[in-house]
Amino acid sequence: MTERVGFFTDTSVCIGCKACEVACKEWNNVPEDGLNFTGESYDNTSALGADTWRHVAFIEQQHDGTPRWLMSSDVCKHCTSAACLEVCPTGALFRTEFGTVVVQQDVCNGCGYCVPACPYGVIEKREEDGRAFKCTLCYDRLKDDMTPACAQACPTESIQFGPLEELRARAFERLEVLHVAGEAGARLYGEDPDDGVGGAGSIFLLLDEPEVYGLPPDPVSTTRDLGSMWRAAAGAGAALLAGVAVAAFGGRR
Amino acid sequence: MSDSYYGRPILKQPTWTWEIPCYFFAGGLAGAAAPFALACELRGDEALARRAWLVALAGVAASPALLVSDLGRPERFHHMLRVFKPTSPMSIGSWILASSSSAVALAAARSVLGWFPRLGRAAGATAVLGPALATYTGVLVADTAVPVWHEARRELPWVFAAGAAMSAGSAIALIGGGAPARRLALTGAAGELAATTVMEQRLGALGEPYHEGAAGRFGQAAKTLTAAGAVIMAAVGRRRAGAVAGGALMLAGAMATRWSIYKAGFQSVADPKYVVEPQRARRARA
Repeated sequence: MTERVGFFTDTSVCIGCKACEVACKEWNNVPEDGLNFTGESYDNTSALGADTWRHVAFIEQQHDGTPRWLMSSDVCKHCTSAACLEVCPTGALFRTEFGTVVVQQDVCNGCGYCVPACPYGVIEKREEDGRAFKCTLCYDRLKDDMTPACAQACPTESIQFGPLEELRARAFERLEVLHVAGEAGARLYGEDPDDGVGGAGSIFLLLDEPEVYGLPPDPVSTTRDLGSMWRAAAGAGAALLAGVAVAAFGGRR
Repeated sequence: MSDSYYGRPILKQPTWTWEIPCYFFAGGLAGAAAPFALACELRGDEALARRAWLVALAGVAASPALLVSDLGRPERFHHMLRVFKPTSPMSIGSWILASSSSAVALAAARSVLGWFPRLGRAAGATAVLGPALATYTGVLVADTAVPVWHEARRELPWVFAAGAAMSAGSAIALIGGGAPARRLALTGAAGELAATTVMEQRLGALGEPYHEGAAGRFGQAAKTLTAAGAVIMAAVGRRRAGAVAGGALMLAGAMATRWSIYKAGFQSVADPKYVVEPQRARRARA
């Protein structure tokens, strides 16, 4: 395996140009995701999904008495402990040599298990196709030593691509700079290897609570509780067997 | 507004359609009927065993059809069987269903038609593992980010196990199963009412979706049908009409419980508060 790579999305310098959304669609041939007018600031793609692998969120808010416009380009987190990958019953979802999580479209049979398993609501089934789709972190480009399309297109280096360890260090440095500059609400998201998903492969610098951006505050890969779940199933199964035995043997016919 | 982004859900809705709650019902039916059939054989009651094997066979015959029909690419159903993946309850479940459905088919063929006498006996003996088919589905739904499923992970297998006993007992009683089938149905009915109540209690505020909308209506129907069916079965189940009426009501009750759980999952995903609030509280405690 080569070095694990990922994204660092520094939302403090995002200008909401959506070049990432467009570059991703172009490169990966992602179908159009609806020509909608949502009325939700400049956002008309609304959320990540089967046909939206980069999503720029726009939040208009009052901050210390003045209007503030937050923008953030969201993407698949490529979790260390990836629930989608763990629950996939066909092996279609796999971990690449770059440490990223990718769907093998020739294997996926559209069971849909990954969809409710993802604690971020990223992966989705493309209805007209039947299979699950999400960001591949431009697996094809990585194999040719190229930068993913979104990071390549980002004009402000809000989206940075590189070895994850390097990005994490850079994220902490940037956080320090913002805190010194008085941006008290700045925080990192997905940087902690001890969080519920073992740390994300896409880390973010946010300026407000994660839920404001539509991100879960404390995401968990539920497979970490598999032990307790199977124990409950075994207990219930044993009780069922006992109940069956009592019904069959315990009394008149 | 600060609770989420324009009030939008954080999680994606499950893609599973009507086949899945019906499968929970069919799989549960087979998962309880098969060990019951084996127990009847051991007791020497071949006639009752034959009825129970037929009920189990109906359950395992419907199950794969329902599951394959739910796939986005049904022609690729066999991709489930290209790996054995312990981290995926659906992978484990596919193998449980594949093995138990073959075993039930062989055992039923021996019991009803007299085919494969030795193989059929051996296959029938594996029915002691039948309950796995009834309870793994609790793990299947609990191993998702869906709040009302994951947080009910300790109770869901019990709800499914009890409902399996109730539906298998009812179905066998319906076709002349007599006292043992009635006992199975009534034990299951009591178990399901108890397990569902415990689950709702333990979920606390998060259990709200189980009382609202479609989930709430199915849940209420389930309790009413189950209780009414159990009373009829207990009181007049000895008579054919009583067994048919009580059994049918309890079968409907078991199905309604599964639909209630299925619908509650969707409802808890639709409102981001069920995702954000518990996670915020968890982070505050940490």
